[in-house]
Amino acid sequence: MLDKATYVRRLGDNALILSQRLSEWCGKGPALEEDMALTNVALDLIGQARLWLAYAAELEGAGRSEDQLAFLRDAHQFSNLLLVEQPNGNYADTLVRQFFFDAWHYFLLNELAKSSDPRIVEIALKSIKEVTYHVRRSGDLIVRLGDGTDLSRRMVQQAVDQLWMYTGELFSSDAADQAMVQEGAAPATEMIRTQWLQHVQEILGEATLQTPPADAWMQSGGKQGKHTEHLGYLLAEMQFLQRAYPGASW
Amino acid sequence: MSKEWPLWEVFIRSQHGLAHKHVGSLHAPDGEMAINNARDVYTRRNEGVGIWVVRAADIVSSSPGDKGALFEPANNKVYRHPTFFPMPEEVKNL
Repeated sequence: MLDKATYVRRLGDNALILSQRLSEWCGKGPALEEDMALTNVALDLIGQARLWLAYAAELEGAGRSEDQLAFLRDAHQFSNLLLVEQPNGNYADTLVRQFFFDAWHYFLLNELAKSSDPRIVEIALKSIKEVTYHVRRSGDLIVRLGDGTDLSRRMVQQAVDQLWMYTGELFSSDAADQAMVQEGAAPATEMIRTQWLQHVQEILGEATLQTPPADAWMQSGGKQGKHTEHLGYLLAEMQFLQRAYPGASW
Repeated sequence: MSKEWPLWEVFIRSQHGLAHKHVGSLHAPDGEMAINNARDVYTRRNEGVGIWVVRAADIVSSSPGDKGALFEPANNKVYRHPTFFPMPEEVKNL
């Protein structure tokens, strides 16, 4: 039960933290159309985060609500992937982060839709519709910018190279992951990795970009609460209101 | 960036509506992205079941100055207006 709570909370944390990151672009996108597209994705993710965190709160049975999980935990209690907490950087950085995440998210949700846990199936099926669009959009933009001008190509390649070391963690597997796999509640991470790598190589190839070596050295720790220094600042902004005015509501 | 992108007019077919209806415009480098952008800008509240986009430059428009010549002759031909027929209740969307 606690393994499942951990697993589900991680899914919620990923969606929540990436959504907060994307929201930082609100009003500052490179074009009105991009601004709205990106904040739409942020809204989709916050909806998914609520579903996962509400379920995680039920599973842990400690009387906490989804809001308390989101706004009253400190950085070391968050279990999101390091990838999603990385700063927005330039637009290429944001898009590459999104592309890596969306591809992983899409393949994972497709497998979670076959989970032995009906609640996970329900949330996965609801999310897949949104994520199918996300993965199509981010892949399309990577191809356009990679196979675009010299400048856009250089910037996307740079972002790919810089963010690559955070992609290993997408497929890391600890006790909680293994317990879920044994229960038939979640897919083996190795299987998602194969699908992800194939998709990423295909899109990067089409974008005339180099895929870094799959066996490169990878960062990890986010799932276990060991984060980069960026997460604290993100939480300070996201949690400010609830910290300053506990229990405040609309 | 958007300054270099051409302008597209967006038409959405709504849930209940019969024909695509003009809803606004946006900038995009090509048709595929115009559809994506239209989805993001104009269908956020579940407005549509279909999208058309067309380059604004490809639309041929009547000139406001021709209003008189084009439309006024219809005004004084009352027999062209179907106002003499009572419409049955069941007939909608005519």
